[in-house]
Amino acid sequence: MSDKQRKVVVPGEVIFEGEEYLPGEGTEKKDNKIISLKYGLAEESNNLVKVIALSGVYEPRRGNVVIGTVELLTFNGWVINIGTAQNGFLSLVEVPRYVNKDGLEEVMDIKDMVVAKITSSNKRGIDLTIKGRGLGKIEEGIVFDVNSHKVPRIIGKEGSMIKLIKEETGCNITVGQNGKILVKGDKIENEILAREAIEFITEKSFVSGLTDEVAKWFKERKK
Amino acid sequence: MNEENFTPKITGDRIKAYLEEGKRFDGRTPDQFREIKIEKDISKKAEGSVRVKLGKSEVLVGVKMKVVEPYADSPDEGVLMTTADLLPISSERFESGPPKFPAIELGRVIDRGLRESGFIDFKKLCIKEGEKVWNIFVDIYSLNEDGNLLDAGMLGAIIALKSARIPHYDIEEDKIDYEKEATEKIPLSEPPISITVHKLGDNFLVDPTREEEDVSDARITFGISGEIISSVQKGESGSIDLEKMKEAIDLAEKVSKNVRKEIEKYLD
Repeated sequence: MSDKQRKVVVPGEVIFEGEEYLPGEGTEKKDNKIISLKYGLAEESNNLVKVIALSGVYEPRRGNVVIGTVELLTFNGWVINIGTAQNGFLSLVEVPRYVNKDGLEEVMDIKDMVVAKITSSNKRGIDLTIKGRGLGKIEEGIVFDVNSHKVPRIIGKEGSMIKLIKEETGCNITVGQNGKILVKGDKIENEILAREAIEFITEKSFVSGLTDEVAKWFKERKK
Repeated sequence: MNEENFTPKITGDRIKAYLEEGKRFDGRTPDQFREIKIEKDISKKAEGSVRVKLGKSEVLVGVKMKVVEPYADSPDEGVLMTTADLLPISSERFESGPPKFPAIELGRVIDRGLRESGFIDFKKLCIKEGEKVWNIFVDIYSLNEDGNLLDAGMLGAIIALKSARIPHYDIEEDKIDYEKEATEKIPLSEPPISITVHKLGDNFLVDPTREEEDVSDARITFGISGEIISSVQKGESGSIDLEKMKEAIDLAEKVSKNVRKEIEKYLD
């Protein structure tokens, strides 16, 4: 199997047999067999085998930008639901402005949504920050869910896909790695168009040359 | 129910703002239903069955009949039992286990709609007064949820009842003979159409998608048979004042006529 060939595997399936192979992400090694732990696409390069998952929940990673909902206010921060098993925690210290400890709700209240970055993710919990460009409370726009495994396709190679959608619709788009997407434009029509384009991508995510397909889709829509 | 999948408030604000202009996210007008697709007789064992698709929402309705003893307060009338099940397969919000509030409400609102409209002639379902009557079971299952299961379930129920045939009942042997062909129809009259009107902000719409249903402030379900409103059920916590209520009734009446026209061909 070369770099480009990918194989669909299911949990428990033996991908490779032999001493020389090493188990990567989503796989395990047992009796010299590389076994898949996930449903997804198996890939091998330099004897390292990994499986890119096609379904399942979002797994938080350091550095990911995510979109979440405030679930709880505590004395030193906010508990934020980012669609993972564990809730994220946004500490007061990670907010780039002065916050009155008695008035956390003035900055963000329950049910408010926020764009945040994961600073660490371990057994004790997920820590978030909103220090940085593009991060912070969401004031308006459309937020909707997609399958988090399709996020790389929505962004495209070096952001080519998302750039295309931004140019075509004039909207500001924030893609959370957890599969939540924020679209903000000056007209609701444009926001809906951007959303439909993204939904088109998630449906056709397996097509090669998808960026051209989307460009064609936009042309047809604008007629 | 799982809270985290609910439509975010900011998306809801956009839906309401757009509705203020008389537009909806999927391009429909506020008084427009999604495409109705109906497939009849999908079960061999049921007396009547139908699968209704309303956009992405999908329900399966089955009618089964059994001979039972009548209730003491109505010895010469048949019995109707309507139950709804929201299957986990239809949405990540539903879980298996005893039916929760939404499933119970769905069954009961449809039951009321069928019963109060006088759609079924219960007197004719009597076999022997005080001893034997027909019991009609209407079972509603959700296959996919994208809002407005109520109206989809009601459409399914009336079409399944219309297409149902009463099986042959052997009085002497006291059992139903499924070998003999069932030809007799259930005695029915004018079918009730249910139209659920949702209030979002200050505006009304019908046939909401899941997103619209999530941000709905109030809803009223009208059971309309012909020119008569035979049942009304209000849901959600929002309020509707008198003037607005009249508006809602007018809207429901108008929409019910359109829906009836669309499903007419399935009602024979």
